[in-house]
Amino acid sequence: MLRYMARRLLILLLSLFVAAIVLFVLLRLLPGDPANALVGVGATPEQIAAAQAQIGSDQPLAVQFVTYLGDLARFDLGKSFVSRAPVIEEISRRLSVTLPLTLAAFLLSMLIAIPLGILAAVKSERWYGLLLSVVSQVGIAVPVFWLGVLLVYVFALNLRLLPSGGFPLRGYGDPARAVTSMVLPVLTIALIMSASLMRYVRAATLEVLGSDFLRTARALGESRTGALMRHGLRNAAVPVISVLGIELSTTFLGAVVVEQVFSLPGMGSMLLLGIQQRDYPNIQGVLIISTLLVLLTGFLADLLQRVLDPRLRKEARR
Amino acid sequence: MSDLLTVRDLRLSTPDKVLVQDLSFSIAAGERFGLIGESGSGKSLTSLAVTGLLAPGLRAEGSVELAGTQVIGAPERRLVGLRGNAVATVFQEPLTALDPLMPLGRQIAGPVRRRLKREGAETSGAAVRAEVMALLEQVRMPDPARLIGAYPHEVSGGQRQRVAIAMALACRPRLLIADEPTTALDVTTQAEIVRLITSLVDELGIALLFISHDLAVVGQVAERVMVMRHGRAVESGPALQVLTQPQDDYTRNLVAAARRFDAALEGQG
Amino acid sequence: MSAEQTDNLTETSGRRRSRGNATYWLGLLLVGVIVLAGLISFVWTPYALSDMVGGRLEAPSLQHWAGTDRLGRDLFTQLMIGARIALIVGCGAVVIGAAIGVTTGLLAAFATRFLDDALAAVFDILIAFPTLLIAMLVVAAREEASLGTAILALGIGLSPIVGRITRILTKQVLGQDYITAARVSGTSWGAIVFWHILPNIAPFLGVNLALQFGLAVMAEASLSYLGLGAPPPNASWGRMLQEAQGTVYTAPWGAILPGLALFALVIGINLLADGLRDRFDPTKGAA
Repeated sequence: MLRYMARRLLILLLSLFVAAIVLFVLLRLLPGDPANALVGVGATPEQIAAAQAQIGSDQPLAVQFVTYLGDLARFDLGKSFVSRAPVIEEISRRLSVTLPLTLAAFLLSMLIAIPLGILAAVKSERWYGLLLSVVSQVGIAVPVFWLGVLLVYVFALNLRLLPSGGFPLRGYGDPARAVTSMVLPVLTIALIMSASLMRYVRAATLEVLGSDFLRTARALGESRTGALMRHGLRNAAVPVISVLGIELSTTFLGAVVVEQVFSLPGMGSMLLLGIQQRDYPNIQGVLIISTLLVLLTGFLADLLQRVLDPRLRKEARR
Repeated sequence: MSDLLTVRDLRLSTPDKVLVQDLSFSIAAGERFGLIGESGSGKSLTSLAVTGLLAPGLRAEGSVELAGTQVIGAPERRLVGLRGNAVATVFQEPLTALDPLMPLGRQIAGPVRRRLKREGAETSGAAVRAEVMALLEQVRMPDPARLIGAYPHEVSGGQRQRVAIAMALACRPRLLIADEPTTALDVTTQAEIVRLITSLVDELGIALLFISHDLAVVGQVAERVMVMRHGRAVESGPALQVLTQPQDDYTRNLVAAARRFDAALEGQG
Repeated sequence: MSAEQTDNLTETSGRRRSRGNATYWLGLLLVGVIVLAGLISFVWTPYALSDMVGGRLEAPSLQHWAGTDRLGRDLFTQLMIGARIALIVGCGAVVIGAAIGVTTGLLAAFATRFLDDALAAVFDILIAFPTLLIAMLVVAAREEASLGTAILALGIGLSPIVGRITRILTKQVLGQDYITAARVSGTSWGAIVFWHILPNIAPFLGVNLALQFGLAVMAEASLSYLGLGAPPPNASWGRMLQEAQGTVYTAPWGAILPGLALFALVIGINLLADGLRDRFDPTKGAA
């Protein structure tokens, strides 16, 4: 197990390194100098040259590349072209919005989808079991920004229960407002996530319900519910965990749309702003940290699966 | 004394197909009964009907009386009380029949704890563990101490089937259903498992419903047999009589084919 | 599983299939209506796209079936053009995604162990990134937003998913005995790809591409919602929603209708793909 973890961590670092290179190449080998975007359309050649010198884009690409990698190795993500502030500071500020948003939505969606998915499978012949599976099928086609706007329309504008968007300037220094401004975004993401998660939970549970070992347990006097609790949940959990890992990643990465709907100052809006302003260090920083989180999530999901399933552990030893 | 299991005019069907019909047989307490038929003949479905474990889409009609209780149409709660208590089943494929994620010892402990509770005995961890070890000895499992911590994929097919038998015995049922218990095993292991089942049911006074497509195996195990084809019984009677002087054409063909096969094997050896 | 139980299963799947047929037709209807609206928009729309033909934020009426936006432009016209754009972007993205994905997927399946592992790892990592995010980066990399950029961006965004599926499907086919037989009888790899592999993976891949189409349409709407999609005068449901968000309290239809159209198209495609899978999949349809 330890050796497996070490190997996986090595692969993780390697992937991160490759991702960093790909990002650099993708952003730098393109036409146009970011300095142009920095100084605006009507700038004089002198202004452009000054801007280039300031952000280092006048250096040869090879030099820029080495500097970039060297900085990365020291966990230095550089400074924003636009604000000149260290990227890492901006990211940590933004993560304090996006991480709670994603994790709360993730937990809520599990609370919704796991019981309902199991219910949909166990009662698949009843009308409400069928209804649940239809709802989840319909749910995955709902555009996230549409749901967000509809929730704002109902809960913020008509019922006036919650703010329609924004985040307090003082952040968590204003806890009540910070929390209330998170409610609708969390709900939006969680509902969309639940729909697809429920489908997976239902499928995994159905698979287990049809399994021979559940029939064995019942043939020896275990009740259907008892057999499902004792044997079913753990077996159904193994495939669901990898789905959960992917869902968590895509939610984190997909937060950009929800942050835009609710004007939240998170990672997603930082990326969008970076793209609009051609602020390469910010774009790179957001993506590298995101990649790291995605890889870590996958790593944790793998590890958890291995803890649950002895057959996977055996493969790893080979 | 009335029979332990009485099946009368059993009919199993889906909305557009009849799978089993006009099936009647009975098994006395302690008797070993064999059900023979090729795959698709309805023999496994019959055994599921006896335990009330048919898939939801299937309709069962007629009468199945097990230990004085009518199974057909019975609510699930009554069936749960019957399963384990009156009847236990060993299935064909021991790899999928066991939970892949649970150590074998804990899997056997499940039915053990249920039975101890039923009997009002002590259900402490130590009592259950002692009973699990005793069962593993009973099914002649080599190295039981190591085995209780092992997972199904870590032991051989024969050992897995021994665990499945131990789990069924843990219930102390009055009827043991063995549904093709040896089909997934190699020939040597088959013989061992068949001997094990036969001696255990005799020792413990359990009735046996042994289901197989293999004439020779059923001949070794059962006192009385019934041959099924296309969902109907074609012939039944004492094992010796049916297997040596078959009356029905289909049975005769089966027996002749089995003889030819045996002869070919002997000719080789 | 014994033959008896197989009988039983075909019975339930038969019932499921008739239910599947109903949803298939519903999917066809939804997609059909939207495709029709998109096609008609080439020859006729109620008004010109950018003309201010009514009052501001008018509710749906006989003159303006879907109401008007805050500049007094007709929303039904925008919805029709939006359908056209969604379909063009969806088709274009799927074609590009399939071209890149199928090529790299085939390459991985045929390549040496090392290259195969490397490509598989790349697919796996890229799949963790939503199509939308990859598309955003491609847009960032291009100088300016345009319809072509959106199509290219989404096509690239889809390609790792297609690549991964192609690789897995191809490997399955390559493991079959008839491929070995064809190799032994001297058939070239090119002929094997053309005659054996592509026909065998086509049905499953086709169903999957239909699902990717739904994904692309959704991502296009998100992209234009974020302001990175095809710029005006192209109408896009995503941008319509974004523009109507500010006035959702006074004119909710402006936000509800484009979202509804997008929702209908995506669910229609999903239902259609499910139905197609049931038809194509020989393991399900045989009974």
